[in-house]
Amino acid sequence: MTKRPIHFYQVGSFAVGNRLLSDGDRTVQSDAARTNSIDSGHRACQGCGEALGARYALDAAMRATRNRVVAVNATGCLEVFSTPYPETSWHIPWLHSLFGNAPAVATGVAAALRVKGRDDVRVISQAGDGGTVDIGFGTLSGMFERNDDVLFICYDNEGYMNTGVQRSAATPPAARTATTEVVGPQPGNTFGQGKDLPRIAMAHDVAYVATATVADLHDLEAKVERAMSFRGARYLHILVPCPLGWGSASNETIHVARLAKETGLFPVFEAEYGVVTSVSKIRRLTPVQEYLMLQRRFAHLFGKNPRPDIVTHLQEMANRNIERYGLLEDEVARPRHARTEVQV
Amino acid sequence: MNKRPFAITLDVGSSRANHTGSWRVERPVYVERLPPCNDACPAGENIQGWLYEAESGDYAAAWHALVQENPFPAIMGRICFHPCETACNRVKVDEAVGINAVERFLGDYGLAHRLSLPPAGPPSGHRVLVVGAGPAGLSATYHLRRMGHEVRLVDSAAQLGGMMRYGIPAYRLPRDVLDAEIARVIAMGVDVQLNHNVEDIARERDEGGFDAVFLAVGAQLGKRVDIPAGDSAKILDAVSFLHRVAEDDAPMLGRRVVVYGGGDTALDAARTARRLGATEAVIVYRRTQEQMPAHGEELEQALGEGVTMRWLSTINQVDNDTIMIEKMRLNDEGFPESTGEFEQLGADAVVLALGQETDLSLLETDGRVRVRDGVVQVEPDLMTSVRGVFAGGDAVPANRTATVAVGHGKKAARGIDAYVRGVALESRAKHELATFEHLNTWYYSDAERTQRPELEKVRRQDNFEEVVLGLTERNALFEARRCMSCGNCFECDNCFGVCPDNAVMKLGANAKYEIDYDFCKGCGICAHECPCGAITMVPELI
Amino acid sequence: MLEQIEGSRAVAETVALCRPEVVCAYPISPQTHIIEAVGAMVKEGRLSPCEFINVESEFAAMSVAIGASATGARSYTATASQGLLFMIEAVYNAAGLGLPIVMTLANRAIGAPINIWNDHSDAMAVRDSGWVQLFAETNQEAADLHVQAFRLAEELSVPVMVCMDGFILTHAVEGVDLLEQSTVDSFLPPYDPRQVLDVQNPVSIGAMVGPEAFEEVRYLAHLRQLEALERIPSIADAFEDLTGRRSGGLIHSYRTEDATTIVVAMGSVLGTIKDAVDIRREAGEAIGVVGITSFRPFPSAAVRAALEHAEQVVVLEKAFSIGHGGILATDVAMALRGTDCEIHEVVAGLGGRPITRQSLEGLFYRVGRGELDSLLFLDLDADVVNREVERMRASRHSGPSAENVLRDLGEPRVGQVS
Repeated sequence: MTKRPIHFYQVGSFAVGNRLLSDGDRTVQSDAARTNSIDSGHRACQGCGEALGARYALDAAMRATRNRVVAVNATGCLEVFSTPYPETSWHIPWLHSLFGNAPAVATGVAAALRVKGRDDVRVISQAGDGGTVDIGFGTLSGMFERNDDVLFICYDNEGYMNTGVQRSAATPPAARTATTEVVGPQPGNTFGQGKDLPRIAMAHDVAYVATATVADLHDLEAKVERAMSFRGARYLHILVPCPLGWGSASNETIHVARLAKETGLFPVFEAEYGVVTSVSKIRRLTPVQEYLMLQRRFAHLFGKNPRPDIVTHLQEMANRNIERYGLLEDEVARPRHARTEVQV
Repeated sequence: MNKRPFAITLDVGSSRANHTGSWRVERPVYVERLPPCNDACPAGENIQGWLYEAESGDYAAAWHALVQENPFPAIMGRICFHPCETACNRVKVDEAVGINAVERFLGDYGLAHRLSLPPAGPPSGHRVLVVGAGPAGLSATYHLRRMGHEVRLVDSAAQLGGMMRYGIPAYRLPRDVLDAEIARVIAMGVDVQLNHNVEDIARERDEGGFDAVFLAVGAQLGKRVDIPAGDSAKILDAVSFLHRVAEDDAPMLGRRVVVYGGGDTALDAARTARRLGATEAVIVYRRTQEQMPAHGEELEQALGEGVTMRWLSTINQVDNDTIMIEKMRLNDEGFPESTGEFEQLGADAVVLALGQETDLSLLETDGRVRVRDGVVQVEPDLMTSVRGVFAGGDAVPANRTATVAVGHGKKAARGIDAYVRGVALESRAKHELATFEHLNTWYYSDAERTQRPELEKVRRQDNFEEVVLGLTERNALFEARRCMSCGNCFECDNCFGVCPDNAVMKLGANAKYEIDYDFCKGCGICAHECPCGAITMVPELI
Repeated sequence: MLEQIEGSRAVAETVALCRPEVVCAYPISPQTHIIEAVGAMVKEGRLSPCEFINVESEFAAMSVAIGASATGARSYTATASQGLLFMIEAVYNAAGLGLPIVMTLANRAIGAPINIWNDHSDAMAVRDSGWVQLFAETNQEAADLHVQAFRLAEELSVPVMVCMDGFILTHAVEGVDLLEQSTVDSFLPPYDPRQVLDVQNPVSIGAMVGPEAFEEVRYLAHLRQLEALERIPSIADAFEDLTGRRSGGLIHSYRTEDATTIVVAMGSVLGTIKDAVDIRREAGEAIGVVGITSFRPFPSAAVRAALEHAEQVVVLEKAFSIGHGGILATDVAMALRGTDCEIHEVVAGLGGRPITRQSLEGLFYRVGRGELDSLLFLDLDADVVNREVERMRASRHSGPSAENVLRDLGEPRVGQVS
């Protein structure tokens, strides 16, 4: 368990900050002097989860390394919206090479730093889900296997959004994309496919694997910090809703990410050397329907010709995650009105 | 020339030249919404405001914020029936914030630390007569003094406090607390005249040269009802009963006391009877528990002290040592009706707690003050039909609680101030109510309410020691921090953190935030994720 | 110090003298001996500091080199054939980013049909990538070119590919004069990158460039290659001053002064050509040779100056553009625009087909008699081709050509097997 729980009322445990928290308990994002690794003026869509996730993760990494981070970026939304000539939004040394080679490029960066004796500088490689689970999969697996000193971050928005919302191996079943249209007897993406990359990463026995969402900043930052405490290959998989591709309202990006976790569809956990060490429990268990209905990519499951069978199928997926990772709190009844000692 | 490769390599942070604010169709705007507690507070307290101070552990600041509106936090923290807690949005999350408990904690803190009320204002040259030294009169006095007006406070009783002293038993409101908070108001410089019965208000006003009068005479007369009674039957009304107890002149009631009524006064009378030695204290009420106007926690405490209830019962006959009650049932409209079933109960005395009336004899010589249904009719600024004469508290149509009275006192002071200065009363526009729908309660930690400890039951039976005890500092702090700050920014940094475009600027402690409209794309996440509903989205005029 | 040494070994030793800091390796014939040798040197500590990284593909190999180079490390890798094609996206990217990576290309044919033997198809496939491509004639030159390549690459911030014929050079044991470390050190200063990922001085490398600047970026890359046209000879001169050895440069001319026929070629075949030329010279023919060392940038002016007095130019090359013809020949023809030179394209040595002196002599004889077509495939077995053409005409389901041809050629062996 890397996350130090903050029992602070009213909102210290969940909100970005709180005027009453001690500095040490505040998130990096609450700091007016945070790095803003990716700065204003980028061209991400309104409410972009990836822009948010990238700033969360990199700012946390910057704090963890005392501002010694070099980032390699795969081709994709994040790259395109952050660095269209003549402007870049980055404040950290940043290199973009290709779509499928960000892990290998990072290996090269890490090797160069090692040969130069700069073990104080840490390497982060980042990609969307396409650059991670599909086209970058080979180089990522190679980087894991060699145990190169790289933290790889996947910003998972469950599809190829930059090219116009096509399916990736991270697209959930039943979701509409431009290449899994809502036609035929099984509308949307097919069931039974897709890659569970966190588990594949764990199978490489790398030092650290974790999942997170943009909805829980404390958890995300703690995981980045934890990741930076290891040497060798590490993997962080962050769910970043895409208002464009998911058809969700731009103001609901965080809400949707939260529901992904609270339904069990996106298990949030961390693992060290191939073994799960902690899971983020579901706080308010939510039926998948509530999550799905916020997104137009699932609209065909509801409305005039609803598909409760498919919704049930998705619920079963969530249930399987809940069981596999033990996502529910133990149902130990807490005595009400019996508080003698409280933490403030 | 740039040494770097043309176009491929770029200088960091250069995208700030790209003002994405032009994409926006809606803009986030910080707002202040009216917290439901504030909205519900009859005394007009800025509850959310003083809880905010208390959250940081600055209890003095919290106390000072509190007494801006109400000079009696220690009293209110004991006797207010806290409609704020009923209105509290946290009810929909777990349980209401224990506002009343924190208020009491702050009140006691203020007394313990001898905190001073704001000083009297510079003399205005105006004189005001306040008739009645209950909560309304004292509250008006406090606010009038702060405005610099000279106040003469008169009361027919021997001591200040009105019903707070003569109606509320000491086990609910210890007299040292009452005395101390009243003394603080009087210390602002008040001409107090006790044991003074105003018989003719017009004359009193003219003779004293008062620019305005505030009538806060309360409702001190117990309502009577005709019940067939034997000659030796001992029947008295609750108001006088409690008054006499307060004056250390408790009447002898006997072993078995029946109280007739269903309000808080009935409970007070029954519980007081128990403390005076009654082995049985039975409340007879003609309706059901659900219909009882008394407050639930008071009932709970009474039952805990051995008071018993006779629901759906009326008293038909009172004799020397028995009464006859008739059982009632609710008809289809929910009204009680006779069943014809009777029962005899032993009773050494019957206390009638059937409501109170106002003694308006002081108005009789001047018929200009309009009275209807036994209460004085007033305008929204509490002015009566006579210019310069204001009325409030139990004497006007309203809920008869001390908190309402305190609110009336403040309101009357404002009305009087405007009147004597010859200006129109500024009507302050209310902010939009911060309803539950404005909140994003995900962010609030799960935190069940802290319960106030109570005096052990065995120790309550024969004395007037305070029953409900105060919170420890730790618990008070916890409870204050359960406040969700509905509708008002409490600097949680969420907006600053969740903006994908870094378009929220954090201005530093207490300075809050500002939207950088150069970059804000109007996605609305800040507003959606604001825990307390302090951001709204406004369409851009394009 | 002259040693009898395998070409790969000579290259490996020389690369090590260049003090590469990151070397990435993925096995593919015929370059494997080079990276095996470098790997061993790193592992035993002889080459230090250096990170030797066994990657999972050529795509990763070039990508690792990109990352390392962008972080200021001198980076090296080697590949061939399919490997080059597998990394081609990264090859273009390295050039686009202006990263001075040096790569040995052990030239080999490209499948299908799969073929491990030498030709120049692989190099031709990336000729437009923005890399400098230098072709070695001998193992000595192959070794020397790597030293010059690092210097050129780092001076101009442009990647350099040293092409050496697979097997013919890589696996040939010849006498090679290996340089001293001090000599290399005096020739090759430490890498001072034009741009680097530096936490003290952050930049964003690899921006997306739209129509408003893309052409300019590309033109600047072209200018850099034009600059290389000047730097390549002067670096060769400097190398000669230091070592007394003439290696590299743009082109090598041999007996061209009075030649009316000049043969143009690249790589190890030049040796055989020179032998054939010597024989034709003895027969009284005014024939000479121009060897192209720098294929990219293409030294048009030097080529024109060397060839323009000739009546006939024979461009012999180990690759061709299917459906068109000679690739090098096209470049030579462009260089000779407006002259009266007659140009013959000769495709030879594909997939390791030996280019014998006899064949060349015959070729040159026919050139002398004016019998040569504009495009000739040297030693093409017309019978085999015709038989397959017949088969294809006869049946749509004629089967795969490669297997059919092998069956035609190898009937006795096939018979033995079955």
